[in-house]
Amino acid sequence: MAWRGKVHKFGDNISTDLIIPGRYFHLRGNLSELAKHVMEDADPDFVKKMRKGDFIVAGENFGCGSSREHAPWVIKIAGVRAVLAKSFARIFFRNAINIGLPLIECDTENFKEGDEIEVDIERGEVRNITRDFKVAFTQLPPFLREILNAGGLKEYIRRKKDFEG
Amino acid sequence: MGKTLTEKILSQKIQEEVEIGRIYIFPVDWVFAQDGTGPLAIKVFEELGISLLSSPSRTLFFLDHASPPPRSELANSHHLIRKFGEKFGAKIYEEGEGICHQLMVENHASPGEIIVGADSHTCTSGALTAFATGMGSTDIAVAMALGKVWMKVPPSIKIILKNSLNNRVMAKDLILHIIGALGANGATYRVLEFAGEGLKALNMDDRFTIANMCVEAGAKTGLFPADEVTKEFLEKMGRGEKYIYLFPDENAVYEREIIMDLSEIEPMVALPHSVDNVRKVKEVKGLKVDQVFIGTCTGGRLSDFKIACEILKGKKVKSRLIIGPASRRVFLEGMKEGVWEILVEAGGVIIPPGCGPCVGIHQGVLADGEVCVSSANRNFRGRMGNPQGLIYLASPATCAATALTGYLTDPREV
Ligand code: SF4
Repeated sequence: MAWRGKVHKFGDNISTDLIIPGRYFHLRGNLSELAKHVMEDADPDFVKKMRKGDFIVAGENFGCGSSREHAPWVIKIAGVRAVLAKSFARIFFRNAINIGLPLIECDTENFKEGDEIEVDIERGEVRNITRDFKVAFTQLPPFLREILNAGGLKEYIRRKKDFEG
Repeated sequence: MGKTLTEKILSQKIQEEVEIGRIYIFPVDWVFAQDGTGPLAIKVFEELGISLLSSPSRTLFFLDHASPPPRSELANSHHLIRKFGEKFGAKIYEEGEGICHQLMVENHASPGEIIVGADSHTCTSGALTAFATGMGSTDIAVAMALGKVWMKVPPSIKIILKNSLNNRVMAKDLILHIIGALGANGATYRVLEFAGEGLKALNMDDRFTIANMCVEAGAKTGLFPADEVTKEFLEKMGRGEKYIYLFPDENAVYEREIIMDLSEIEPMVALPHSVDNVRKVKEVKGLKVDQVFIGTCTGGRLSDFKIACEILKGKKVKSRLIIGPASRRVFLEGMKEGVWEILVEAGGVIIPPGCGPCVGIHQGVLADGEVCVSSANRNFRGRMGNPQGLIYLASPATCAATALTGYLTDPREV
């Protein structure tokens, strides 16, 4: 399975405050409303520019800061297919897996805003079509892939009623 | 092979030698959410199709972030959480009782426990030798339903402390120094374990401040061994029987060891907009400051306000000063010791126990271009409600000295 879309490029240390600012705290009960403000403080035009199926591509430590699960949620609801970064902050990482938002840890150095890319989850490979190069990434551990494939931890537990093993 | 504190706590919990890097399912002792993350946790819980909490008396909700609520949506969140508490028997900490992390250490966290909270600074309880870590609402919903979480066992970085801090240099300066040295992701997926003879000189308030901010270096948690200081604190809080002696093995294996001489630490400040953008206060002196905030789960405890009193007694502030006690207990203790009188006479504004302006919902939102020096733990752009605001993080002593002069000031100079 390969996903194709455009790159929206961000820098290092994109915090959850930049992904979804605390001033929208009151909208947390309404995720689709909240999703209209995704990445607003990092790039005010992001929502206007992005198309469903596009990718967020960032540097180190993406998603640092607060534990708000709303951060991966608004990214997912806004229609972002996956987030690619050199590294992810710990809580954001597990939140994203838990809600079924794919994360890809790889060298994002040579990706530029607007690049057309193709992500092949099974092969662990990102192809930059615009610039004609490939980068490999390491697959998630099997247990986490299972959660992701189930559509998130909620779906996983709904089905199994418990963790396995 | 010897075990780190992390390996000891986690192995003991599942009666199996855990292996670093492997994923296990762990039982949890406490699970909690606050008013910002709670509603989503409740929603996910209700969708799980599991009709009871695994342990109602060990499921806690804190109404602390927007408290009392400044707008109807937030009041509705509080209402929803209260109703959930009534229906399922979870414990609700009402408005004005204080910040979740402070209430966890005052009332719940004990050595050897596993604690998960839907708030990133859950690691504060690591100061009491609990493996405490922040998670998202889905993890928390599942932990509420099953009493379990999945976790990958992290490696540890050992931070060996030597000597003691100088006068007017605080635990906050130490942890800012450490974060500056490690970087905002220098400890990602790792635990910071504190050790060394310097521990003796750090009281419980100091340790809370340090453990609280470990997540700012990306750490899963920060852990202190359970020693005499821990024991005394637990006794004071009325749960002395929960004390167990808990130290890492002498021959434990760490990913890295870092030695810190406490006597060499100076007052530090984190500049906008990242916590690892750290300088010595004396290098940034003279910055004009509009607002000072002393409070939060990092810097809103009694010892923080006492040092502010020492600096501000009988004087008047030159910048706005907001004072936020971390809990009702801190508020009451401070009342008995007369700290509020001193701070209010100096020009301070006291807000109710809770998060206050820390996360930009109310009670001290910054105007465009304004500078705030805060004893909190985060200075990300927009954090205090305005992306045009500039947040500098410093110790309560530096905050008080700054309020006094109206300029970023080294507390050793006033
Ligand atoms: S005081 Fe600030 S950092 Fe602490 S829990 Fe509240 S919002 Fe979070």
